Amino acid sequence: MLKVEKLQAWYGNSHILQGIDLEVKTGELVCLIGRNGAGKTTTIRGIMGLTSRVEGRVMFDGQDVTKQPTHTRNGLGLGYVPEERRIVPGLTVRDNLRLGLLAAKHGGREADVIAEVAETFPRLAERLDQDAITMSGGEQQMLAIARALVSRPKLLMLDEPSEGIMPVLVDEMFELFARLRDKGTTILLVEQNVELALGIADRAYIMDQGEIVYQASAKILLADAAIQERYCSV
Amino acid sequence: MWRVVDPLDVFLLRIFILDGLTPDLIALQLFTGLALGAIYVLLALGMSLLFGMLTVVNFAHGAFYMLGAYAGIALLGIGVNFWLCLLFAPLIVGSLGLLAERFLIRRLYGRGIDYPLLLTFGLSYMMVEVIRIVFGTNGLPFETPDALQGASDIMIGYFPTYRLFVIAVAVVVLVALWLFLERTPYGLIIRAGARDPQIVRILGIDVARVWLVVFGIGTGLAGLAGLLAAPLQGASPEMGASILAESFVVTVVGGMGSLVGAVIAGVLVGVVVAMTSLFAPEFAQVAIFALMAIVLLIRPQGFFGRAGLMS
Repeated sequence: MLKVEKLQAWYGNSHILQGIDLEVKTGELVCLIGRNGAGKTTTIRGIMGLTSRVEGRVMFDGQDVTKQPTHTRNGLGLGYVPEERRIVPGLTVRDNLRLGLLAAKHGGREADVIAEVAETFPRLAERLDQDAITMSGGEQQMLAIARALVSRPKLLMLDEPSEGIMPVLVDEMFELFARLRDKGTTILLVEQNVELALGIADRAYIMDQGEIVYQASAKILLADAAIQERYCSV
Repeated sequence: MWRVVDPLDVFLLRIFILDGLTPDLIALQLFTGLALGAIYVLLALGMSLLFGMLTVVNFAHGAFYMLGAYAGIALLGIGVNFWLCLLFAPLIVGSLGLLAERFLIRRLYGRGIDYPLLLTFGLSYMMVEVIRIVFGTNGLPFETPDALQGASDIMIGYFPTYRLFVIAVAVVVLVALWLFLERTPYGLIIRAGARDPQIVRILGIDVARVWLVVFGIGTGLAGLAGLLAAPLQGASPEMGASILAESFVVTVVGGMGSLVGAVIAGVLVGVVVAMTSLFAPEFAQVAIFALMAIVLLIRPQGFFGRAGLMS
């Protein structure tokens, strides 16, 4: 589904990614973990075409998308929920969802899609006509995820979805990710909450200083306290 | 801006001298202010759209306004009637705006506010020069269409029909623009893109195409304003220069990037100009700048501007 080869990226003059190799197979839930500043967010942004200067190759669904603009990558089925959530202020919950639906290729009717969202996210259903930015952090995160899902992406990339959210909601959210994977959505998850992430993931990559330093199945990593301690403890 | 010595103003001044300050007189002058404000609103709406969504301070806005008047003259010259001019002149000017965005301004997005500012500044000089070469350096008259000549009874007195028409057109355009922005998918993209273009891209929408449309709408509105102003003051290559300064005042007072602000400030500035030209004509030119200074001292971001937009 996704294959990243020797991806390098820069922010201004600083060389952030030193050559990343990473693969996500169809139907997998892969998580990308590591300390703050390890380059996890830059990796996802590079995959999405949001870094100004990159080298290397990003293959998605059999196509080389390295030179494609961001909106085209979304059109091919790459969904992305950024860390800052980026709920558009001044727009209602419904309009934020509509925005996610505008470029969708599946041609589903708006009413049907909203009904689907309402089923998955009952909290959003009650707030469809509320200014989205007035909702709580957790509800905004739900909306950001729902908005990325309405176009039915083949691969969903999530950057730190649990950050700043009540623990009860975090559990709920991770259950949702596992369900999505079971229903066929491939997922790449960046997460600080290592134990929870490994709990639902199939495989994991660990990043440190702009490089992938370790990869293994989630089960093995979950059992390996030494590795977790070395690369993930704050 | 409209000349201070205008038949209507003379007429009103005479009433003023003979009868003193009657409520009807003030009400009529208020209407004059509304008509003037309508032109400002059309200009400031376009300017605010371009700034709010593209961060382009369009110094060529006055030149596009002037082009609207000349497009009208050219169209009337080949036998097109005024009503069709109302449609085609803004379309012609908007198309030129599209070309300017696609081939010139687009390259400068993301490079800071001064690049597009300088580019449009240069562009405005070129547009004025081309019009001078094609239509001559002297101003040209622009006949008020027959159906809109004369005055209409508006209960408080007679008011020039054409000015009522200008107000009506502005109201129709406002409603149409509002419906477009609030009720159509395209409008949704524009509203979202103004706040956060990156998330719009992430969600699969080609923002560049949206910017192109916004530029076309903004310049088309300027063209419409120029066409509407032509029967009131004629057309001249320089007509855009002075109105540019005034529309900047309106945009800044309303809050750069705010459409509601553009409407309210446009009407306010129109009324202020009309009232000062009645009571203290010698201050008419200065009044709006004084108004801007006062507003900016009290509220630096304007009525509806977001603080820190320029930072």
